[in-house]
Amino acid sequence: MDYLVYLKKDMRVKILLPIFVIFFLVIFLIFYKGLNHTNIYTPKIISNENIPLFKTIEFQSDNEITSKEVFSGNDYYLLNIWASWCIPCRDEHNFLMKLKKNEKIEIIGLNYKDKEKNAKKFLNELGDPYKKILSDSDGTISIEWGAYGVPESFLIHKNKVIKKIIGPLNDSSFKEIERLVK
Amino acid sequence: MASLIGSYSLFFGLGCSLLVVFFSLKDLKNLNNLDNKILSLTFLQFLLVVLSFFGLIISFVNSDFSNLTVFNHSHTTKPLFYKISGTWGNHEGSLLLWLLVLTLFIFLFLIRSKKEPKKYRILTILFQQIIIIGFFIFLIKTSNPFDYIYPVPKEGLGLNPILQDPALAFHPPILYLGYVGTSIIFSSVLAASVSNYITKEWAKHIKQWVIISWIFLSLGILLGSIWAYYELGWGGFWFWDPVENISLMPWLALTTLLHCILVLEKKSILTSWVIILSIATFTLSMSGTFLVRSGILNSVHTFANDPERGLFILIFLFTLIFLSLFVFFFFHKTDKKNTTSFFLLSKETSILVNNWFMMYFLAVVLIGTIYPIFLDVISSQKISVGPPFYHKLIIPFLIPFLLMMAIGPKLNWIKSELQNKFYLASFFVISLFLSFMIIRMLEISILINTVLFASAFYLFFITLRDFFIKGFKNLAQNIAHFGFSLLILSILFNNFLSTEIITNLKVGETYQSNKLTINFEKIEKKKMQNFEAIIGKFNIKNESDYIEILKPELRIYNQPNIVTSEADIKTNLFSDKFMTMNLVQNQEYFNIRYQKKPFMIWIWFSVLIISFGGLFSLLKKRYES
Repeated sequence: MDYLVYLKKDMRVKILLPIFVIFFLVIFLIFYKGLNHTNIYTPKIISNENIPLFKTIEFQSDNEITSKEVFSGNDYYLLNIWASWCIPCRDEHNFLMKLKKNEKIEIIGLNYKDKEKNAKKFLNELGDPYKKILSDSDGTISIEWGAYGVPESFLIHKNKVIKKIIGPLNDSSFKEIERLVK
Repeated sequence: MASLIGSYSLFFGLGCSLLVVFFSLKDLKNLNNLDNKILSLTFLQFLLVVLSFFGLIISFVNSDFSNLTVFNHSHTTKPLFYKISGTWGNHEGSLLLWLLVLTLFIFLFLIRSKKEPKKYRILTILFQQIIIIGFFIFLIKTSNPFDYIYPVPKEGLGLNPILQDPALAFHPPILYLGYVGTSIIFSSVLAASVSNYITKEWAKHIKQWVIISWIFLSLGILLGSIWAYYELGWGGFWFWDPVENISLMPWLALTTLLHCILVLEKKSILTSWVIILSIATFTLSMSGTFLVRSGILNSVHTFANDPERGLFILIFLFTLIFLSLFVFFFFHKTDKKNTTSFFLLSKETSILVNNWFMMYFLAVVLIGTIYPIFLDVISSQKISVGPPFYHKLIIPFLIPFLLMMAIGPKLNWIKSELQNKFYLASFFVISLFLSFMIIRMLEISILINTVLFASAFYLFFITLRDFFIKGFKNLAQNIAHFGFSLLILSILFNNFLSTEIITNLKVGETYQSNKLTINFEKIEKKKMQNFEAIIGKFNIKNESDYIEILKPELRIYNQPNIVTSEADIKTNLFSDKFMTMNLVQNQEYFNIRYQKKPFMIWIWFSVLIISFGGLFSLLKKRYES
């Protein structure tokens, strides 16, 4: 850094100072944007609308599967968006395991921006409540569904979303799902 | 009541700042002695912040849930020890601790700098008060620890159980003494630039502050690392997690600064290095606070995501950066006659070379930490930068770095000849041979590992020899360098010799491999004050039929309701045996993880040696004067 002194003082001020100032301003702007970044995409709340169509990879079989194949045959589905890195997902996992015992509903997992290895480890540790697990490695399917983040759950009846639960399931939302499914 | 006193003390403390600034500006034109009012006011301000801090501690101890901070982070069933440590285990309280250390350090600085020029002292006070005022406003406006809540709740929400740990109770205060200690270096270097006082005398005076901050920063990082080792249950000591990197970056800058100051003390060179590094150390500490407190990075240190807080620190941080740029470019004059006289073989050249290596390591860590954030903001791509990135970029450059650390201190200042070439070369051959034999036994790729081990051994042997030959000469430096070689060697052995077994077992079952058997004997349940413990008992039999009992634990905390896993670790001089267990949901099986980690204790021990090197140099200075 001592080479700075070889430049004449006014040169230092004229050339280096603006470079530094611009450099730090850019960093400032990026951090500033980063502060609000989580709010960049605000999806509209969907309810009583047809569920979005999509195509993705199924986790266990590695086959491509479409949304029509996933959501046909049963009356009620719960689409649960989760990820192994998501701490609240651990909290709600118990409720999903309980809900698995309810035969009227099928739980579909949408694995959000996750690594397959970590996801499997998560399920090995806590149990696997899902009938099918779909991969959403780049997060675009969740955006189509209008998800705010992970975890989030959509109760689906006859191809329509009848209830959306933002954040982890808890006692009251769990009871409401059981009531709606009856 | 305690909250009320604490709250008012904060306002009066801010008032003191304004008075100090007023008197300092008035006193600046006056050439006589420093106005005594400034010293008294600084002391008063420190007392007020202490009062405020005790107010918060008392609110925590009494479980005064009318205080929002206490309500959010405490609970009546928590042991007293964690009620107290809970004071700084949250955003508001830890900021109050920042302020406490800031005011403490400026007060100590005033007492210990009586011989320094008056203009320089007043300017240091002014710059430090800018920081203090910024933090006062931040605390009062966005994160007041004394906010009320009404109606008063009967019970609090509890402290995050993974923070209920002795190592973590001391980790924040010690780390903060290091972090915030760098603020005084920052203020001092700006003041010295403005008053044209970056000289040998200044270096001698600021050196002790650099060493004190450096010792505390090293110890703070060590405690955090030990905590992560046994509490997070991953069995490693460093994960290149953004939060860890954020504490490592100021440490790298501060270590480099320490070496530059040593050069400046002997010879008036490297002044630009000293100024830029002093500024960088403090701004890196501040950026760390910004990144973890704003929620841009997620970690156990992210206490609350509040964009307003993030914005405040961000603006404040960049105000300080631009202020220091202004000072550096308009006030810093370098003495040209000294800058050209570098000889290739001299102590200062070797320090300069290693400075560039340190800057490279710093850049790697900085890019690895910041780049994912930039990418996310600019293109919404999420990438994670893991250990392989850091290992690949750092390890090869450790080799010349270690060699330089061994040879550099052998050189004289200004101009030197390498003496005793014979023993330097023969030590290297011995190290090389020894490493080659070890690597062959370990069956890992030969070339780079041999050289790496050899360079670490080389530093080890050279510093070891110097203990006997040089005696007290350069002892502090030798202790620190010896500690560093020990650290690298322990990390290398730990890395290559660790073994791990992961399996699912239920009570009564036995796992068998060709080297050992793990028998899951039983589980016990215990009810504690604020959690319920499930303790497993495992008998591990190794090849020589020696049986060791390990008892990992699961803790189910009641407030808040969280399960944590406590590793059981058996430590001896040569290796750690580390075991954790986890619940497998809805099954009688437990997920067991057993690790054997050689030389674990030496990693902690060598960091202690490194820090002791710093402490020794402080004590020696005291003794000599």
